[in-house]
Amino acid sequence: MAQRIKLGLIGCLLCFVLLAAGGGSIGGYAQSHDAAGARAAFLEAYKVFAHPRCVNCHPAGDAPLQGDDGHPHAFRVRRGEDGRGVFAAKCSNCHQTQNQSGEHAAPGAPYPPEDREHLSEPRWHLPSSATPLTFEKRSPAQLCRQLLNRKQNGGLAPEQLVHHVSHDPLVLWGWNPGGGRSTPPLSHEDFVQKIREWVEKGCACPK
Amino acid sequence: MKQITFNVNGKPVTVEAEPEKPLLWVLREDLGLTGAKYGCGMALCGCCTVHLNGDAIRSCVTPFSRVEGKSVTTIEGLSPDLSHPVQRAWLETQTPQCGYCQPGQMMSAACLLAQKANPTDADIDDAMSGNLCRCGTYSRIRKAIHRAAEIAASHRGRK
Repeated sequence: MAQRIKLGLIGCLLCFVLLAAGGGSIGGYAQSHDAAGARAAFLEAYKVFAHPRCVNCHPAGDAPLQGDDGHPHAFRVRRGEDGRGVFAAKCSNCHQTQNQSGEHAAPGAPYPPEDREHLSEPRWHLPSSATPLTFEKRSPAQLCRQLLNRKQNGGLAPEQLVHHVSHDPLVLWGWNPGGGRSTPPLSHEDFVQKIREWVEKGCACPK
Repeated sequence: MKQITFNVNGKPVTVEAEPEKPLLWVLREDLGLTGAKYGCGMALCGCCTVHLNGDAIRSCVTPFSRVEGKSVTTIEGLSPDLSHPVQRAWLETQTPQCGYCQPGQMMSAACLLAQKANPTDADIDDAMSGNLCRCGTYSRIRKAIHRAAEIAASHRGRK
């Protein structure tokens, strides 16, 4: 009995040491090589996540947002269960595969070129209602934990997150929004580099 | 120029046009289907609403290339004899005033009723808020949608 208690205590101590070394990070990445470096990289990348080009389609509520002031999307557009809108107001009813020309005209993005099935279809949507992946009003710590949670982030491992931000047309749109819209404070290249750095240094989250 | 084959109101057609030509103008100029209207050209008013594989799209910004192999329904194709519940309800309630926005209104309403047989007022707000009416027939449109739902239900009851 005493032996079992002793082993249990050692186990708890080991867990504590591992978690402490991980600096509060989660998802199996407790063994970070450079927690401070990872956190610093994420804080830089956070400036992009917090920008309207990202937040507007990762809202806290049930409706996408528009503009740099983040006002609710016109026409009472709603997320819908699959994130693609409802009834006669689905995202791809108005948004096409590329930006429409002119101020206030609907922006657009295509599916990835390797997706032959959806070649001519617009890819414009929010995350689903089950996994809304909210960016709006999330602190860096909250957003970091959310991005690492595969039940919330679409099942992506950290390495896949790097691929996603590098190549996904909807992400790339943020730097080519058209219509005089502002772009995030980091270049896409710098943003990807910060996400990669965060992953390579162990995905530690800010406290 | 490209030849694109697609289905319009139940019939296969092949049209040769620039792939980037808005579907609205293919329908109106190449096919003579003038029910869908030009209101803004920017997907902001809904006058141009038609169905693409059952979804209500804005044909003024939809490139012609997008319809290849798909099915388009215009206001002319809702029914061959004005028997569609939306058409009957619009007639019964005398909804239109100038009429310009009404084809788009009806196509959006038909899309709503295809997905929700008995929509609430909130559903109608969600579905129809993108279809503008300068004459202000919104209350008549709401009434007509509820009436169309009743007509459709009575059709289902008879089957």
